[in-house]
Amino acid sequence: MTELPTDDGGPATAPAPVPARGAVGGRGRSFLAVLRRDVYVTGSELPLFVAQVVLQPLFLLFVFGKVLGTLGYTQPGYADLLFPGLLALTAVITGMQTLSFPLVAEFGWTREIEDRLLAPIPTGLVAAEKVVFASLRALVATLMMIPVGILILGSIPWDWGNFGLFATVVVLGSILGASLGLVLGTLVTPARINILFSLVFTPMLFTGASQYPWPSLASIRWFQVVTAMNPMTYVSEGLRAALVPDVPHIRPWISVVVLLVSLVVLLTIGTRGFYRRAID
Amino acid sequence: MSPRIGTDAVSVEELVKRYPKSPVNAVDGLSFAVKAGEVFGLLGPNGAGKTTTVGILTTRVRPTSGAARVGGIDVAADPVGARRQLAVVPQRNNLDRSLSIRNNLIFHAAYHGVAAAEREARADALLAQFGLGDRAKEKPEFFSGGQSQRIMIARALMHAPEVLFLDEPSTGLDPAARLFVWDRLRELEKRGVTVVLTTHDMDEAAALSTRVGIMDHGKLLALDTPEALMRSLPGRSTLELTTQACNRFDTESILAALALLPDVEGIEQLQPPDDHSDATAEGGGHFPALRVRLYVAHDAPRLMAPAASVIARHGRTLTDLRLAIPTLEDVFIHLTGRTLR
Repeated sequence: MTELPTDDGGPATAPAPVPARGAVGGRGRSFLAVLRRDVYVTGSELPLFVAQVVLQPLFLLFVFGKVLGTLGYTQPGYADLLFPGLLALTAVITGMQTLSFPLVAEFGWTREIEDRLLAPIPTGLVAAEKVVFASLRALVATLMMIPVGILILGSIPWDWGNFGLFATVVVLGSILGASLGLVLGTLVTPARINILFSLVFTPMLFTGASQYPWPSLASIRWFQVVTAMNPMTYVSEGLRAALVPDVPHIRPWISVVVLLVSLVVLLTIGTRGFYRRAID
Repeated sequence: MSPRIGTDAVSVEELVKRYPKSPVNAVDGLSFAVKAGEVFGLLGPNGAGKTTTVGILTTRVRPTSGAARVGGIDVAADPVGARRQLAVVPQRNNLDRSLSIRNNLIFHAAYHGVAAAEREARADALLAQFGLGDRAKEKPEFFSGGQSQRIMIARALMHAPEVLFLDEPSTGLDPAARLFVWDRLRELEKRGVTVVLTTHDMDEAAALSTRVGIMDHGKLLALDTPEALMRSLPGRSTLELTTQACNRFDTESILAALALLPDVEGIEQLQPPDDHSDATAEGGGHFPALRVRLYVAHDAPRLMAPAASVIARHGRTLTDLRLAIPTLEDVFIHLTGRTLR
């Protein structure tokens, strides 16, 4: 232990902090400062961020879209069908991961969220910042998949005519992932963080209609019902409607409505969970 | 916003907190007030309700009933307003591990709306004052417990709070780090910052606090300056005697005889030290050693010889004899019959 102070630190050496009159900003200012903290941290570990968000969809795209197609195990056109699904997957999973894992740690063992909970903003706004930031990260990650797709597949399905629907569903999908992350991050205790992987992420990954169009599941009725419960399905289907309208898909307005309802429900549960963790 | 001299910086009225599933109240009808510029110590054993009280005052624990105010603001009704007035130095390290220590300070100030130029200047000044200027860019993981404590105090000062709460500020620190923290707190007192600290360490409470509230089982047992609390004990000084094993009959007789000595204002039988419990040398049963504390009105040293002769008359041997002026620990023992640990 080398605890000896290296400086006598007399009060005269530093200006006494003056009372905070005038230093009190609005709530918006504090909210932006909290958001800036997250952006700053992401910026300082950018390569890690890129690796974290791109690697999984990149491999899925490469193996299912490229390798299997080249070997003749999938039908021509499967890559076009898969690509919108992988965008959905990236949006939802990135949003979830960005929010849930750090939140479990921050409430559980690092406690570093405490300093932000003591900022002069309502506790709900701290939760809102988490959702906004995770959504932004998910959005960026999803858009990054477009050049990645072009690079691996040579070309991607695209339809400017449906850009409005595409943008709406990508944004909703990103917020959906973040909202799921808020629910999970406040629900799961640090000791059970492994459960997130085995019981949540894996099923999410395969029941979200990202690798198959939902209507085509009619022949496996029970699985079709299961996938209908996963809100990610409606992101996949919405994006398919926008990018490959010829492939049978759930009607876009249904997808959008289900996503909006899911958001309301998840954000309500997640915010309650956040309050429960933040205030005893 | 700045509390005027003489007004209460912190006030707590009939405060109650019961956690769900708990059969008892963690805080049980607590009332006290802290004047602006005061250093107020909440002293009590672990589980007395000190941390819960600070938790309520710092908006992290919702009170079950009663009122708590910081800088005149009701913390339950207006937590955001209350947070502007206060800063917290927690018991456990909660520094932001993704940020350098300088950025920990700067972002904290940003959360509190301090302007950019001002927060950089304050961060550099505080880091220099706390002897951390040359390590400003390092992440919190590279700092020891005592250094982390310093960083957290510096962080708390970044938004110039009216009231600073410290939860067990020197628990787990080595003596040098502890003295450093104490010095910083004394400087804050000179600057007029109101400080509320919790501690189970009587030395810390006595060394730092203008007034001390002694808590146990969620209730306030006593509240006054450390000097007044110690004066409230019977006697001005104490004499502590320990004998070899002593049976109950002799114990009663010795206690009676000691109580009759001149100037003895109070007598208290204490738990015997563990290593004096073997009575086999006497050939009798396993009697514990006898440990007695006498509260003496005048000079305790003058009672040493008479007290020793009382012991000798009963055929016992003195194994230890101590003179002391009362401490806050004695006040706690006097109030609860238990030690602080």
